[in-house]
Amino acid sequence: MPGSLESGDATVTAIEIDGGLDVVLGGVWQVTVSRPTWGKLLAGREPRRVRLRTDEVAKWDTSLLLFLIEAQEWCRVVGAYCDTEALPEKIRTLLGQFTKARETSVPFDRSESFLTGVGQATIETWERARTASTFLGESVIGVARLLKRPRMFRWHDCFEEMQQCGAMALPIVSLISFLVGLIMAYQAAVQLRQFGADIFVADLVGLSVVREMGPMMAAIILAGRTGAAFAATLANMKANEEVDALETLGIPPVFFLALPRLVALTLMMPLLALYANCLGILGGMAVGKGVLDIPPSAYWIETQSIIDLSDVSTGLIKAFAFGVLISLAGCLRGLQAERSAAGVGRAATSAVVTSVLLIIVADSLFAVIFNYLGW
Amino acid sequence: MNADANSIPAIEVEKLQAGYDGDVVLQEVTFSVRRGEVFFIIGGSGCGKSTLLRHLVGLNAPMAGTVKFFGQPFTHAALADRRALLKTFGMLFQGGALWSSLTLRENVALPLEEYTPLSAREVNEIATLKLAQVGLGGFEDYFPAEISGGMRKRAGLARALALDPEIVFFDEPSAGLDPVTSRKLDELILQVRDTFGTTIVIVSHELDSIYSIADRVIMLDRAEKGVIAEGTPRELAANSRDPRVSEFLRRLDMAARPA
Repeated sequence: MPGSLESGDATVTAIEIDGGLDVVLGGVWQVTVSRPTWGKLLAGREPRRVRLRTDEVAKWDTSLLLFLIEAQEWCRVVGAYCDTEALPEKIRTLLGQFTKARETSVPFDRSESFLTGVGQATIETWERARTASTFLGESVIGVARLLKRPRMFRWHDCFEEMQQCGAMALPIVSLISFLVGLIMAYQAAVQLRQFGADIFVADLVGLSVVREMGPMMAAIILAGRTGAAFAATLANMKANEEVDALETLGIPPVFFLALPRLVALTLMMPLLALYANCLGILGGMAVGKGVLDIPPSAYWIETQSIIDLSDVSTGLIKAFAFGVLISLAGCLRGLQAERSAAGVGRAATSAVVTSVLLIIVADSLFAVIFNYLGW
Repeated sequence: MNADANSIPAIEVEKLQAGYDGDVVLQEVTFSVRRGEVFFIIGGSGCGKSTLLRHLVGLNAPMAGTVKFFGQPFTHAALADRRALLKTFGMLFQGGALWSSLTLRENVALPLEEYTPLSAREVNEIATLKLAQVGLGGFEDYFPAEISGGMRKRAGLARALALDPEIVFFDEPSAGLDPVTSRKLDELILQVRDTFGTTIVIVSHELDSIYSIADRVIMLDRAEKGVIAEGTPRELAANSRDPRVSEFLRRLDMAARPA
């Protein structure tokens, strides 16, 4: 009983000859369109011998090979004889390559035991801690070298970074600080109004912005904006072997790449915090004028009366520390990154997470210290 | 397939003007590539070889002129037609350009999953087959970062061949490879052409490869901003009166000549 299948432009005909099956393939076999399958052609028959021929094939690609492989595989499993002598040389070579590849293919096992996992994680953590402390040490040496020989420092890079992380950040810092001042004033107004103490909104907003929220908001913005950028840039440079190029020249990457960024951000951070303070107070003043009918001059006098220099300077000390932490975290994560596209992304994410964590931890430490000192 | 369809060139480039941001790198380039031909685009650094390749595969739009594949316009084609033509291309980038988050098998499987009605098992089989074809049998589950540069390139070729394309483009296939691996890649390119009748377009300045596998070459020149020679490499080396061409192509002859 002859059987014939057609799918797309590919055809296959099976002719039974005393217990054997002559399979003739024809037409156009293309991998991008569907093709006849061996199982369908067989339709339950169990020939003892299969002869494969491709005489009528006009055009073929891997799709044809797949069919032949299915046939060969079936023959191997049921123990039938598979005659491929009639196939063209090219096809037999490819089939041979494939069979060989299958035999030599060793499944790659990535699973590991729990203990191995723990061990590797420990080694990795230790390694990261070691690179972090090396980096910190090199940064300190770098700063000492900068103070000793300031002419060797890359001032040009540093000024460019200052512009990037300082001046270019002004719009976003303005918007966020103003809005934070505004939100705090609203919250305070609701409560203080009940006691007729509207004017104390100025005290509350002024103090909390200058001591806490100004430096903190500016730091968080810069962690997201500049810390991530530092990490991504350095990680990309590492992937491009630019960092290796510096090392082979005997130039410490920390001095060349990290230090200008560290100096730039550390100098810009207190300035941005001061600016954020002003905008935050302005936000409070807007609520005072718009909602509580406090004239701006009265609001300003009240703010002046409550804030003294120690409040502003504690804020600035914090801002300075935040600047150091953000730039260290950004540069460290960048230099620790894996050399791949995904590594760059992970470095940027990790820089932001590390910076924010360090900012909050440092801020709480400052709270305790300043309280102890009575500042 | 009738003779008419076969006589249409695989690629026709007509008066192509190409460049970036207003800078013209190539001015009025015209040539065609026959079916089943191993075609080399050669020339010194900065002559626009890679620019031409990027314009051929549609990564950049030409400033003027047209590119046709198998008689069908590509440059200004509708999105659906473009996609249909793109299916018939494969491209091997200089560094392999493997997707780093996918294993070699997954890299080869992606175009198949995107463009074919095959089952997951069949896609897997083809990916294994293609990797075996380029000599990477057994490395299916490795990530690109875990193998060498030469292997990455071969895996890139396996991916380029996944859909059994009609045309395969190569950007500097031997760059960064040792001579033995480079030879093997050349043999592989010829095998693909001989088995499937694939048209091969190669951008290169590797003289060894040019002499051993090129059917025809065009040479681009930076100052001329276009094609300065066309023909078989031996023809050009022997007959070209243009000093730029003979200097470029005769270097190997000099090296190979017995002392």
